[in-house]
Amino acid sequence: MKRRDFLKSATALAAGAMVPAPAIWSAAKADARSESLLVVSESGPNNLDIHGVGTNVPGYEVSWNCYDRLITHEMKEGPGGVPYYDKDKFKGELAEDMVVGDMSATFKLKKNATFQDGTPVTAKDVKWSLDRAVSVGGFPTFQMSAGSLTKPEQFVVVDDHTVRVDFLKKDKLTIPDLAVIVPCVVNSELVKKNASEKDPWGLEYTKQNTAGSGAYRVVKWTAGTEVIMERNDKWVGGPLPKIKRVIWRMVPQAGNRRALLERGDADISYELPNQDFAEMKRDGKINVVSLPISNGIQYLGMNVSNPPFNNPKVREAVAYAVPYQKIIDAVMFGLANPMFGAAADKATEVKWPQPTKYNTDIAKAKALMAEAGHADGFDTTLSFDLGFAGVNEPMCILIQESLAQIGIRCTINKIPGANWRTELNKKVMPLYVNIFSGWLDYPEYFFYWCYHSGKSIFNTMAYDSPEMDKLIESARIAAATGDIPTYDNDVKGFVDLAFKDIPRVPLYQPYLNVAMQKNISGFAYWFHRRLDYRTMVKG
Amino acid sequence: MLTMIGKRLMFAIPSLIGVVIVTFLLTRALPGDPAAYFAGPAASKEAIEQIRKKLGLDKSLAEQFVRYTTELAQGDLGQSLTTGQPVATEIRNRLPASAELTLLGLALAVVIAIPLGIMAATRPGSWIDHLCRVTTTAGVSLPVFFTGLLLVYVFYFKLGWSPAPLGRLDVFYSAPTTVTGFYLIDSLLARDLETFRSALSQLLLPAATLAIFSLAPIARMTRASMLAILSSDFVRTARASGLSPTKVTMTYAFRNAMLPVLTTLSMVFSFLLGANVLVEKVFAWPGIGSYAVEALIASDFAPVQGFVLTMAVMYVLLNLLIDILYGVIDPRVRLEG
Repeated sequence: MKRRDFLKSATALAAGAMVPAPAIWSAAKADARSESLLVVSESGPNNLDIHGVGTNVPGYEVSWNCYDRLITHEMKEGPGGVPYYDKDKFKGELAEDMVVGDMSATFKLKKNATFQDGTPVTAKDVKWSLDRAVSVGGFPTFQMSAGSLTKPEQFVVVDDHTVRVDFLKKDKLTIPDLAVIVPCVVNSELVKKNASEKDPWGLEYTKQNTAGSGAYRVVKWTAGTEVIMERNDKWVGGPLPKIKRVIWRMVPQAGNRRALLERGDADISYELPNQDFAEMKRDGKINVVSLPISNGIQYLGMNVSNPPFNNPKVREAVAYAVPYQKIIDAVMFGLANPMFGAAADKATEVKWPQPTKYNTDIAKAKALMAEAGHADGFDTTLSFDLGFAGVNEPMCILIQESLAQIGIRCTINKIPGANWRTELNKKVMPLYVNIFSGWLDYPEYFFYWCYHSGKSIFNTMAYDSPEMDKLIESARIAAATGDIPTYDNDVKGFVDLAFKDIPRVPLYQPYLNVAMQKNISGFAYWFHRRLDYRTMVKG
Repeated sequence: MLTMIGKRLMFAIPSLIGVVIVTFLLTRALPGDPAAYFAGPAASKEAIEQIRKKLGLDKSLAEQFVRYTTELAQGDLGQSLTTGQPVATEIRNRLPASAELTLLGLALAVVIAIPLGIMAATRPGSWIDHLCRVTTTAGVSLPVFFTGLLLVYVFYFKLGWSPAPLGRLDVFYSAPTTVTGFYLIDSLLARDLETFRSALSQLLLPAATLAIFSLAPIARMTRASMLAILSSDFVRTARASGLSPTKVTMTYAFRNAMLPVLTTLSMVFSFLLGANVLVEKVFAWPGIGSYAVEALIASDFAPVQGFVLTMAVMYVLLNLLIDILYGVIDPRVRLEG
């Protein structure tokens, strides 16, 4: 065996491939690079169609960029000058005109709108798509129902280019709900061709293929590895995007995503640990955009149907024992809005989220524990979702440490991500941390899902207060009828009640953090918190 | 020979059936609820039930099992929910990625470990023996994700010699036409040297990571088995007969020492193939290990079952191959049919 020779040749081979060479070899590839946006993230889509069964959040990003809706939001200037969607203003995307009547809204479609295969977008396609959204079941149907859109009869074809949406009842959320990701318009003829008896809505086809009129279309998708999207040059939903090609690669290692950004190989990334974002912000080599997540709150929940947390005094004690500032500093590295410590004389505002008046005050917490008859404290478990262990674990350790000072001895219970929702649904965990954020940015929407005694799974505390239900329902009606004084009163009322009864302790409003190269601009914040490639510019 | 192979394969059938039953039951015993997971963060109870029905999870365990085995008999491993693709296709696409990486890593390890082991055995107590000991101890005690991250940090981040750890190919290259699924071979077949070079440079760091980890068992096993053989009678006779040291070591001693080394190699290979999840994660490698782990985290039954089944089949084939190789290396070893 010519060991030496073999070793030599192996080393030479290795050295050959390791020669410091530019990553791009030819001019054509350099061009491709300047017109492409390279996105890296932890996970990718499992379905290209938001109407599919169990489509995950990265899948929403594909849908948002590859499909159009009838209407979308106007942009306004958000915190730090970053474009932020304006929740109150709408403009047409596929529709050139929207007339909202008393019990219906009429949309006129843009005449020159075509799907990516060249067929024109007609009212028939719109109706079929909306029918599909309210009929397929699961998340899309649920999201449609949040805006009182539940029946196919509500969507009426007036003529080839006019669609009417009839309202079941007056609901302020109906129009906003038509601008979320779900009511996207699908090429009905193309999909019907690929549907089967078992699959009348053609979900199998749209899972693998985009069939929309949107600004991009997926040209290649390797699940778990990459998604490649190309611009649709005939898009009429808005100004033609500058980015020709989007290459979205899945890089599971957060450290590597940061290295890719810092070496200049990747253009944009999110889902990095807060510490990395804080450091990159400080170093200043990479642009980091941090914006508060609208209608989102991280909270410490307590099960109010069982002792000891059925006692309001105990809950109040907990609210005074949470190490709020420590969590913001040590866990979030400052990348969060405090939701505590409002001045004692501050009047409640008509907005959500807003800070509570609680502060870390161990002496007061101890006194409340004694008042509640738990001077010696008690044992309990504090649960969290391992899927977000990076934030949850240090946070729970801080809370555990702090609660121990008032005699609440917590055992930490780590629950795997797949199991978390099942456990939440049971509504038996005594103490846990969780996050909720709503797409639709309205206080009554948040409260309806999180505090109403109905069967919403986000009322994870099993909180049941007739007074609260009455206020929330009244606010929803007031919002629909435009009764502003009643609405303002109701909102203030339910916020006050939520803070007084304190079934869950708001901790902070998290930020959405996105890191990108200095030559990338045009990032816009959307309620869905995914990237909108259509406004982005490179160079 | 052929009857022997046939018989061996027959014997494997009961164990495969066992694997099918056990994985089916084990995945069902997992605590997560796939319906709740896939219904999304904002699902109501009804939405979860609808999903459960769609996935066929509302049926009894026996019904689910019958459905699973009938589909399996038709070569259908089911659909993955996390990636949305048929499991069989995914495994077919991902297995070559893992195999290419593992084989290259193993080849690197063999090239270093076997000479190192032989030299350590021929000169016990010398500096080379110590080098062997230090290398193997270091290799096996450094966790793979650490070695991987370290290599990325030094060779990509600091020095910039290695390409970005973005999987099997640079972003702007497209994969060669699939023949074997091994990019190195496929790109050569397509006479596309640029892609070959890109694929090779992407492979080097992860392969080196694996090699560093698998050096230890191979080198130690080579050394131990060489030591045993070198002190045996026939080696002494060969030396006494005046054969050159190279001839004695390589022809007589090494060939005889190869059997345990081969066994170790097969074990290391099958272990690495499924267990290099961490390397795959660090290098964004679209391999089979990370696929299975992601599926497991999401209680996605079908890929887990498909993965275990594939691995079981691989083990059966690998054992068979090793047994045949035994016979080739050492004619005294004849397989009992």
